[in-house]
Amino acid sequence: MNMIAWIIVGLMLVTSTVILINYDWRVSLGALGAQYLGVFFLSTQHLPFIMGAVKLIAGWMVVAVLGMTRLGLSGADNKSEETFLPRGQWFRVILVGVIALMAAGSTTRIEETIPGLGLQVVAGGLFLIGSGILQLGVTSDVLRITLGLLTMLAGFEIIYAAVESSVLVTGLLAVVNLGLGLTGSYLLISGAFTSEEYEEA
Amino acid sequence: MSAPIIWILIPFVIGILIFFLADEYAPFIGGGLSMALALIALLIPIDTALLLGSLSIKISTSIEVLGRSFILSTADGMLLVMIYGVASLWFFGAYAANNAKRFCSLGLMIVALLTASIAVEPFLYAALLLEMAAMLVIPLLIPIYQKPGRGVIRFLIYQTLAMPFILFSGWMLTGVETSAGDLGATTQVGAMLGLGFAFLLGVFPLYNWIPMLMEEASPYVTGFLLWALPTFTVIFALGFLDRYTWITTSPQLSSAIQFAGVLMTATAGLFAAMQKHIGRMAGYAAIAETGLIVLAMGLRSTEVVNLTFLLLIPRGLELAVWALSLAIIKRKVYSLRLSEVRGLARKYPIAVFALLSAHLSMTGFPLLAGFPPRMGLWQELAGQSLSLSFWAFLGILGLLVASIRAMAVFVMAEEGTAWSINESWMHILMLGIGVAGLFLVGIFPQVLQFFLASLPALFEHLGR
Repeated sequence: MNMIAWIIVGLMLVTSTVILINYDWRVSLGALGAQYLGVFFLSTQHLPFIMGAVKLIAGWMVVAVLGMTRLGLSGADNKSEETFLPRGQWFRVILVGVIALMAAGSTTRIEETIPGLGLQVVAGGLFLIGSGILQLGVTSDVLRITLGLLTMLAGFEIIYAAVESSVLVTGLLAVVNLGLGLTGSYLLISGAFTSEEYEEA
Repeated sequence: MSAPIIWILIPFVIGILIFFLADEYAPFIGGGLSMALALIALLIPIDTALLLGSLSIKISTSIEVLGRSFILSTADGMLLVMIYGVASLWFFGAYAANNAKRFCSLGLMIVALLTASIAVEPFLYAALLLEMAAMLVIPLLIPIYQKPGRGVIRFLIYQTLAMPFILFSGWMLTGVETSAGDLGATTQVGAMLGLGFAFLLGVFPLYNWIPMLMEEASPYVTGFLLWALPTFTVIFALGFLDRYTWITTSPQLSSAIQFAGVLMTATAGLFAAMQKHIGRMAGYAAIAETGLIVLAMGLRSTEVVNLTFLLLIPRGLELAVWALSLAIIKRKVYSLRLSEVRGLARKYPIAVFALLSAHLSMTGFPLLAGFPPRMGLWQELAGQSLSLSFWAFLGILGLLVASIRAMAVFVMAEEGTAWSINESWMHILMLGIGVAGLFLVGIFPQVLQFFLASLPALFEHLGR
């Protein structure tokens, strides 16, 4: 079981790196979907299966909402609109490496401070929080910001599931995830139409 | 019927229904419902049986949702009067602002969610409800045909970042309680909690989204946001201070709260004095006032609750009047840059007078609503730290300079421009009520005593 959990942590390392360095929204959303599988697995280390499933389903619904919205919008990916420098993929890979090292360094200390969380849970959660915040820092694109917020929140949910198992919290967190997805979709759509086109529709 | 159904579920559902109504009815339904809810809270005490002839009415305190309770007790009654009373002003005022239907619909849902945040038990879960309310604000700020600017994106990021910090620090706080004296753990919790509230309240330098929003979004909607979210965040923060009393008794944490408040007030006041956009001035004034509220919360005094609510109640009125005036002026000039609003005092005298009254009230000008709370705050603060008083005073001075600059530009009309009233009767009525309220509270501050007498009962330890 431990080995599977570590594999899941590795999967999340790959998915969040893909979200960070890839400019194709289809690949990024696919990686986010896979990331929610990891969230499901790690959160069920402490939560009942059903509550973990809520996180997975809510996450996939968010992916579907964002995907459908982006599919309906014309235009290429927003690579050219990125204003943050440097923009290179290798730079981002190095940043992911830094985050991974920081997460690895903090994991054992947090596990010592709060025993019982599980090394994999702490490592996976911290890495997702770090890469989500990193994503927020290096982009101005609405879709990528939404992905960053969702990634950060996914990391938090993994760790918080270990300390809080309330049904209401799980439900509210699922609503927050869905709300972020819908808000991201709204922000993606807004500005795509003129007020006249909107009135006609 | 239970109180959470009346003050949370009903406004939320009616908020959804308003979306399907015509634009002209929305402000009256939204405002009327809020007024009715405020009156119910005022006239019918929660959890007390009332006998009307043969009919017995009793509003029970709680409902259970997914194993947790939403509780609105008798002590919450006056808070509900205040919340829905001020909300009704905003919804009636929406008649004068653009897109009243969307404002009243989403606004009611936001107020209902925020009310749920003060009712939920354990109170820590309020962070989740505040985040939901923040997400509902987004479609209100940005119409579907407007490209989102940096302000709205930053607002979303900051509000979302706040939630994990607060939820996690709340969990850590229970650990700190059991191991009192563990300085390391206390510092960690204090830092996490501080960061969470810094994101929520927009403590320096995390308030940069506010002036941006005042430029890129409707001033009326942004004004509503600047009233609603900080008000409930402050009540949530007071809940923390009440539940974990060691925060206020710890001199370091108390000083940190005071320092954060003074930093907000001083920097926002100074920035306001340098603005060339009256919307941004309003944004900075709102930040400075939030700073004063944070400062009041950090005071080592038994008057913390009274002072905080004394600042909070007029704030709703000031921001409503200010935002409505800005919305009326923006219809005429589109941009709110000083160069664009030059000489408008002769074309929109009532809107300009109302705007300046609200601005001066926020600077604590005598006879206006902002004066009595600032007097109370100075009195307490001067007894504790003269240097903090000086920096807070500097911020207020900055706001005063901004108001004088705005006034000078408004009256700088070209020679021979005739005076005319271009506001509609509804604008005049709404602004008239608002300005009258500002003077009423300023001249007779004891009218607030009606609220203030019962609000400390909301907290078990704070202010005792």
